[in-house]
Amino acid sequence: MTIKKFMFVNRKAPYGTVYALESLEVVLIAAAFEQDVSLAFLDDGVYQLKKGHSTKGIEMKAFEKTYGALEDYDVTKLYVDEESLAARGLTADDLCIPVETMSRAALGKMIEEQDVVLSF
Amino acid sequence: MKFSILVSEGPYTHQASDSAYQFAKAVLAKGHEIFRIFFYHDGVNNATRLTTPPQDDRNIVSRWSKLAEEHKLDMVVCVAAAQRRGIVDEGEAKRNGKDATNLAPGFRISGLGQLVEAGIQSDRLVTFGD
Repeated sequence: MTIKKFMFVNRKAPYGTVYALESLEVVLIAAAFEQDVSLAFLDDGVYQLKKGHSTKGIEMKAFEKTYGALEDYDVTKLYVDEESLAARGLTADDLCIPVETMSRAALGKMIEEQDVVLSF
Repeated sequence: MKFSILVSEGPYTHQASDSAYQFAKAVLAKGHEIFRIFFYHDGVNNATRLTTPPQDDRNIVSRWSKLAEEHKLDMVVCVAAAQRRGIVDEGEAKRNGKDATNLAPGFRISGLGQLVEAGIQSDRLVTFGD
């Protein structure tokens, strides 16, 4: 099968809308199709990786653990926009999994190299 | 060129599905091919035949059905997203014990693999969302 570079661009907070959760579902399927999968997190999307999701109060299932399981699907290319982190008072230490942080310009270059970009 | 289209928003609230429809028509008018149109998130609501807009407004759902019929388009609704939002065909109704179906003509319900495959098989996968 053809292998293409799929990048999933996550720009929204993990709860409040369903995009983050439904994005993860596509990520896992793309990984199952053995595509070259990467994830980018920017804007409020960086909150998806914030340690310690606590969702009892909003009666929603916390899916923080799914990010930790990505490695089992050989999804290891996780890029986080450092400007989005800084704007929200976060650093890579606040995140639930190891990621590569980079400037917005570098991330832009990375997006340019992709075959398929899905923004959620 | 071979295109696929991803529609991520429902009809009427967001312009995304209007834009996707107009883009699809333009693609076909230019002689390009559409491999698949995939409906995800609230985009699955484009596929309910129970939609009844006012008479002087566009009927987004039947417009999709007509386009699919005219051009033999493959329009796929994500099964997981459809189940969450109550978009049901006969197979799904039987499987989940529902007493009704509402999938409009020209649409079919299938898995997310169809979206990934569209990305692999097409020269361009164009997303219409917010």
